[in-house]
Amino acid sequence: MDLALAPETLARWQFGITTVYHFLFVPLTISLAALTAGLQTAWVRTEKEKYLRATKFWGKLFLINIAMGVVTGIVQEFQFGMNWSDYSRFVGDIFGAPLAFEALIAFFFESTFIGLWIFGWDKLPKKIHLACIWMVSFGTLVSAYFILAANSWMQHPVGYRINEEKGRAELTDFWLVLTQNTTLNQVFHSFAAAFLTGGAFMVGIAAFHLMRKKHIPVMRTSLRLGLVTMAVGGLLTAVSGDTLGKVMYEQQPMKMAAAEALWESESPAPFSVFAYGDVDKGHNKVALEIPGLLSFLAHGDFNSPVPGINDTNEALQEKFGPGDYKPIVPVAYWSFRWMIGFGMASFSLALLGLWLTRKRFLLPAALRTGEDEIPHLVLLKKPIGPRLSRLYWLLALWTMAFPLIANAWGWIFTEMGRQPWVVYGLMQTRHAVSPGVSQAEVITSMGIFTALYAALAVIEVKLLAKYVKAGPPELTEADLNPPKKIGGDLRDADKPMAFSY
Amino acid sequence: MELHNVWFVLIAVLWIGYFFLEGFDFGIGVLTRLLARDRAEKRVLINTIGPVWDGNEVWLLTAGGATFAAFPEWYATLFSGFYLPLLAILISLIVRGVAFEYRAKRPEERWQRNWEAAIFWTSLIPAFLWGVAFGNIVRGVKIDSEFEYVGNVWDLLNPYALLGGLVTLTLFTFHGAVFAALKTVGDIRGRARQLAQRVGLVTAVLALVFLLWTQAGSGDGKSLVALVVAVAALVAALVANRAGREGWSFTLSGVTIVAAVAMLFLTLFPNVMPSTLNADWSLTVTNASSSPYTLKIMTWLSVIAMPIVLLYQGWTYWVFRKRIGTQHIAEPAH
Repeated sequence: MDLALAPETLARWQFGITTVYHFLFVPLTISLAALTAGLQTAWVRTEKEKYLRATKFWGKLFLINIAMGVVTGIVQEFQFGMNWSDYSRFVGDIFGAPLAFEALIAFFFESTFIGLWIFGWDKLPKKIHLACIWMVSFGTLVSAYFILAANSWMQHPVGYRINEEKGRAELTDFWLVLTQNTTLNQVFHSFAAAFLTGGAFMVGIAAFHLMRKKHIPVMRTSLRLGLVTMAVGGLLTAVSGDTLGKVMYEQQPMKMAAAEALWESESPAPFSVFAYGDVDKGHNKVALEIPGLLSFLAHGDFNSPVPGINDTNEALQEKFGPGDYKPIVPVAYWSFRWMIGFGMASFSLALLGLWLTRKRFLLPAALRTGEDEIPHLVLLKKPIGPRLSRLYWLLALWTMAFPLIANAWGWIFTEMGRQPWVVYGLMQTRHAVSPGVSQAEVITSMGIFTALYAALAVIEVKLLAKYVKAGPPELTEADLNPPKKIGGDLRDADKPMAFSY
Repeated sequence: MELHNVWFVLIAVLWIGYFFLEGFDFGIGVLTRLLARDRAEKRVLINTIGPVWDGNEVWLLTAGGATFAAFPEWYATLFSGFYLPLLAILISLIVRGVAFEYRAKRPEERWQRNWEAAIFWTSLIPAFLWGVAFGNIVRGVKIDSEFEYVGNVWDLLNPYALLGGLVTLTLFTFHGAVFAALKTVGDIRGRARQLAQRVGLVTAVLALVFLLWTQAGSGDGKSLVALVVAVAALVAALVANRAGREGWSFTLSGVTIVAAVAMLFLTLFPNVMPSTLNADWSLTVTNASSSPYTLKIMTWLSVIAMPIVLLYQGWTYWVFRKRIGTQHIAEPAH
């Protein structure tokens, strides 16, 4: 079987499907691990039961989610070899190292300590058990760091030399790979977005319960924690997005020109709000623009020139030889907008929520609510009506997945925007695929992965919904009396385990 | 020792660690059908590995990542060449991980039964396929001058490799059974020992044939020593099991795995993937390896990180050292 497709098309689709899917779970895992750890810390420090109930509730959702993150991550470790063997041969000397570091340092940490945390409620003293979830959180962050360092090298290769004899890139400065500005900015941006994601998840679910007037003390605390996480995460996502954008203007001007559908170089360059263009002819038919803003975003002043797609293409042809160096412009353009749009919509909702639920000094004394009351939503001096309040809770619930959508488009943008390169300036994607793997094999694996992932998505979402609706669990005697010794209380030899599969 | 040789040893160590640890995990999965009489016993078995299976599986990811970094050509040829078997393994591992985590999260009979079936099959399939994969690596496959695998999937299913698959499947089941005897209490413990005895005998016969076949193919003095250790340890494990010495039996079944995998790597060296088409096209520790600089960094990493990993993973086993019986399994609140 041989379909009339470019050799890389199927492999790219497969990589896109499996990676975007994997990355639905990654940011939630990163942020929920830290948030659960924070809540458990509050429990250990204050001994307020609502924190333990919150820990158990969010911890369970976190576990349902990380299970999917872990298993879909296994594919990523091997997919480079399966579908991208020529890529693996060319970059393995450099790209493999951060992957090995990730496995040895982060994966072992995460997976070992998560086992201890899940099964350790009646086996570990309180503080050691708490330390386990922090270890998991640390593991998730380190893992993300190394894989982003690897991706950053694909975006902007540094610290290497080309070995002509072996026909591959070789590492000369690992420290530089780990600390170049692309890496640092991508890490900053991804971490911030991860917390925006987890915050929105928490706020949406808390809003769902508060709207139904259930589990108020736990959900009130969760709402507050979620809103603050979202607001801080959203702000840092915007700030880091701006600096990452400036870095990309230096390193991959084509990606950023495509993000703006800026066909011709302009000075000052406008920011495009909406555009509809003719890709073949290389111009926009319809364009709604804000003058000067793009110059500011790219370089920090309103007048500096920004190179356009056509000029950049010519410059790249001069440098790398004849060819078309344009990514698919509409994809880059719209993915960039959807990333920003969904992310910032979520951020705005957090700011609104923070203001509506403000407390203490900003609110007249009569409107302040206790810990077991639903907070009044106060716009100015009076609470807003029940219908408007309900609207806010519903908005929070329905937009819970906005950051997930933004994350997905963000990756689609940064990866599609780099095309035709797989490693910018060094290797084109069409030269990266496995020459020995047939289209039938790729179609088989892509079909199976897609079907399996779709089925698992249904199962996962239903399971999440079940545990969301169930609300925080009631605490048991055992929960409130954790063991004093490692290994648990051995006197009552037949006591059931606190948790079992 | 040159760094690429060090890394050949380290990759072997990672695979040995993986088969030692996930070996009994796979075995436990298979035993949920062969040994457990009811759901309570199934859950006892699953919970003996509950806190540790995920950490055990990371040995595989580390072996994969380390092969990518230390021997990119090996990584590329192996995983693009063994495409479909690897796909089956990946699918199994995905479903298996979710099955462990989700099985008890709903009370419905059908839900639990389906995940239980999944645990059995997704343990059995990789336990078999890893043996097939390693059989082919040792025997050699059709690799051309560009280091591309040019055979097809049927070439991988040759008698020697299929026998290798049966050996890993039975050996892991045996390893799992002695692990179950060591980690459980009550009726199931005695039955685990009885089953281990039967599975162990089958394993011993299959393993002896497979290892002798390997030795005859490309063995030398060192591999012969490993062969003798593997077979002797397996016999000793059976004796210990019969005598009810569960700790010894498990240790010795572990030694069997260590020695058998070590033997495969000893016969492989200095190749990492021999070509059956032309000896000059074989991937070796020199032509498949990374640059000395990368290997140096990786060596530093492992020297520092591996002992720490072993320490905290070992600690986990100590924390969960208590034996488990049906009385310890509570019905979760739904």
